Amino acid sequence: MTMTFDDLLPLMPLLIVTATSVLAMLMIGVRRSYIVTASITIAGLLVATLVAISMMDWTNQQITPLLIIDQYSLLFTVLVCASAMLIAILSFSYFFELDDHKEEFFLLLTIATIGAIVMVSSNHFVSTVLGLETLSMSLYGMIAYPMHSKESAKYPLEASVKYLVLSAAASGFILFGMALIYAQTGTLSFASLTDLPMAADSLGDGYSIVALLMITAGMAFKLSLAPFHMWTPDVYEGSPIPATAYLATIGKAAMFVVLLRFIRASDALSFDSIVTVLTLIAAASMLVGNLLALLQDNLKRILAYSSIAHMGYLLLALVASHYATGTLAVEAVTFYLIAYVITSLGAFGVASVISSSEKEFDSIKEYRGLFWRNPWLASIFIAMLLSLAGIPLTVGFIGKFYIFLAGVESDLWMLLAVLVLGSGIGLYYYLRIVYRMLMTEKHKIPYRVGGVESVSAYGVLAILLFLLLLFGVYPAPIMSLVAAASAFI
Amino acid sequence: MILVVLISILFFGGVIAWLSEGLDSKFPRVIALTAVVIDLLVMLTLVGADAGDSGWIVQLNAQWMPRFGISFHLAADGLSVLMMVLTAFLGAVAIGSAWDEITEKTGFFYFNLLWTLAGVIGVFTALDLFLFFFFWEVMLIPMYFIIAIWGHENKNYAAMKFFIFTQVTGMLMLISILALAYFHYVQFGWFSFDYFDLLKVSTSSAIEMWIMLGFFVAFSTKLPSFPFHSWLPDAHSQAPTAGSVILAGVLLKTGAYGLIRFAIPLFPEASMTFAPFAMTLAVISILYCAKVAFAQTDIKRLIAYTSVSHMGFVLLGIYAWNEQALQGAVMTMLAHGLSAAALFMLAGGLQHRIHTRDMDHMGGFWAKVPRLSFVALFFSVAALGMPGLGNFVGEFLALLGAFKANIGLTVAAAFGLIFASVYSLWVIQKVFHGAYRNSDFDDSHLHDLSRREMFYFGAMMIGLIWMGMYPQSFLDLSAGTIMQLLNETGQVLFAVGQ
Repeated sequence: MTMTFDDLLPLMPLLIVTATSVLAMLMIGVRRSYIVTASITIAGLLVATLVAISMMDWTNQQITPLLIIDQYSLLFTVLVCASAMLIAILSFSYFFELDDHKEEFFLLLTIATIGAIVMVSSNHFVSTVLGLETLSMSLYGMIAYPMHSKESAKYPLEASVKYLVLSAAASGFILFGMALIYAQTGTLSFASLTDLPMAADSLGDGYSIVALLMITAGMAFKLSLAPFHMWTPDVYEGSPIPATAYLATIGKAAMFVVLLRFIRASDALSFDSIVTVLTLIAAASMLVGNLLALLQDNLKRILAYSSIAHMGYLLLALVASHYATGTLAVEAVTFYLIAYVITSLGAFGVASVISSSEKEFDSIKEYRGLFWRNPWLASIFIAMLLSLAGIPLTVGFIGKFYIFLAGVESDLWMLLAVLVLGSGIGLYYYLRIVYRMLMTEKHKIPYRVGGVESVSAYGVLAILLFLLLLFGVYPAPIMSLVAAASAFI
Repeated sequence: MILVVLISILFFGGVIAWLSEGLDSKFPRVIALTAVVIDLLVMLTLVGADAGDSGWIVQLNAQWMPRFGISFHLAADGLSVLMMVLTAFLGAVAIGSAWDEITEKTGFFYFNLLWTLAGVIGVFTALDLFLFFFFWEVMLIPMYFIIAIWGHENKNYAAMKFFIFTQVTGMLMLISILALAYFHYVQFGWFSFDYFDLLKVSTSSAIEMWIMLGFFVAFSTKLPSFPFHSWLPDAHSQAPTAGSVILAGVLLKTGAYGLIRFAIPLFPEASMTFAPFAMTLAVISILYCAKVAFAQTDIKRLIAYTSVSHMGFVLLGIYAWNEQALQGAVMTMLAHGLSAAALFMLAGGLQHRIHTRDMDHMGGFWAKVPRLSFVALFFSVAALGMPGLGNFVGEFLALLGAFKANIGLTVAAAFGLIFASVYSLWVIQKVFHGAYRNSDFDDSHLHDLSRREMFYFGAMMIGLIWMGMYPQSFLDLSAGTIMQLLNETGQVLFAVGQ
């Protein structure tokens, strides 16, 4: 298939990010400069974000059979690029004192972003795998990044190898499932899965249920849904915070968009067995995530388990998308993903501000009395935690509202009961951190940070707090945007 | 517009109070008091105002989230105004009680106090169910902070329990609200969370019952009623005095208000089927918690259990659902708001002076602190239902109305009045009579009530005497609302032939 200039135009965000990575690589080759590499990356991602925003109104095009650039994929391109930019800013001060070459981290971050953009735009198995592997490969490097540093973050190499081995196994599952589907149906495109020429060889026949289950399991692994969640806390804990933040936000969001597109396009939820499996996974994730988080004292592990629970909430809305009328459940998934990304970025951002690659403050003990030592930082953190808990005034509440509404509309009463139970348990460990921050010190501990404190990192947190409150108090504009975009799924 | 002003004054007053701490740690309390007093004065312009044909004195309706038909719909009728005045009055009293007690982090304290009050006023005026839920949850967080930061020895546990109880039951209510909105969507083709739209929704009786239960659980947890009351004694005993005042005086009333405004009018049939169960729970609350109160040695826990017992009369009155019973419930809410707040302030004042809440260590205080003892006697007698004071009018009317609805339960509930006399007088005897002992505590700070304290206790006494002697002035204010609610549900019930 030949590509024309008209085809290239919708790919602009992808091309800009790719160009950024090439430029950054060349720059590192010419002269190593931390600040210049960081600036190129941040500027490139910013331009990509703005271009994607400007394209949103008029672009709806299938580019080759592999990529679909519509309002939905552009919405997530914006989310991915903007989050990557914010993470890049956070990692600048985090890695500032790293006792090693620091520039390549930005290169890995940009390449991972290319993978994420491909994933959110893919409606074909080939582009899914391409994007997924680009993202995962870069993440292995990002997770292990500080391994040569003398006083590095805890166990980055262990985390990276663990993620590499298990993630590769999951990719294997996904690929095997895709191969089975191809053997059955003869197509690799999502859209033609339900629109096959011969009715006899449709998706419901033969071993394609097995294939669907294998793909579901592989994707559930990447999303760290129970019972495929075992790697999550260890990898979160071992990675440097910016890499954790990337994995937890962009990695999960991109994967969920693929899952959503695949499930909707293949109409996999019309098979009862798939619905049963997804329901069980959702319920297990909500319970396991929230219950195991109760036992943790490490902030990154708490956020890891809480992310398992949040993925469970999202899966509830995904199951609901089969029953709900209109696009409500898809909107719920979309809005909740946006809320989740903003909130998680904020929570990891706070941890990143007071940590550095040489010294991470990730035990919740370190946050004792933070509210009295640094009220602004603690207030932001409290807002993020309350948003994760789904308390009003925050975007997390509107997200929960969507999930509840989708569940009620689809009569998923059992899952809703589990959701209420899980959220109730969740309150306990979020409030535990909040309470630590509010405790007063008998001996005044001076406020300290692990590395350099930069104004730009505070700027990132301020932006996230602003979005959290704006979408929590006046969500009407973003609601209509989400509704418009969701019509394309 | 005036309602937005009322809420904004408290919101912004809170922010200014917090910021002003940087200048001087005494500024926040002055600013907080100013904000609440201005609010109170503005509210007084609404008292007794002509409600017009619609029944609403003021109304404001603006689009908020058009995708789901959610609007920023605030309105006030006689009942709302009465509750708002109680809120602002007790808010001012709470600031008075915190005046000297809160010495650390004053800015953040008054910020939380004002935001709680703002949330409560939102609850009393919201007519969009999403907005109502929004305010319902918003008032929890600052209250959590008040207990968790300025509370006593076991504050983490108490604050957590308070938050989780109210939040989890709140989520059940959210599901009910969403289910109701969804049935509106099914019947009319568009989403709406507006009170008046949702009143028109009709569902099958089984579904109606489930949805109603979601509301009932949330409201009866806040009220609180047996079996959801166990958070209250912990929260009260650990909260600072001002926190207890707001909690007992105002926050509990939001549960009763929710039942009157939402739970019964939205689901008249299910509520009437459920009424005998609700009234039974009320009677259990009244008798069981009175009994448990008698077994306490911690004076704040004791008052907390008596609160549950008295709120049982409110629940009884509401589910009797006739004019006298409802008037009694509203009157009890007001009177109990004042008497319970005053008793918590006295207990808090004692704790502040002698650093213990254990009644086993107290005795013979009348000789040492006569003014404090007299005030305590006054409010104990008010709480036990002495004729001539507000509580008597409320509980008497509630029982009178309930008698028409269910004779057996009313007879049982009336025993609560006897139990109330027993524990109230027992406290007076134990703490204020007998020989003075100070072996167990340091009494160097045991001063009598100051002039400032006498001032606000005096104000509450006048309030209770006024309610007891001339209750009609209050009954008139809420009568319009109550008659309208009774009419509306009466029509629905008549239509289905119950």
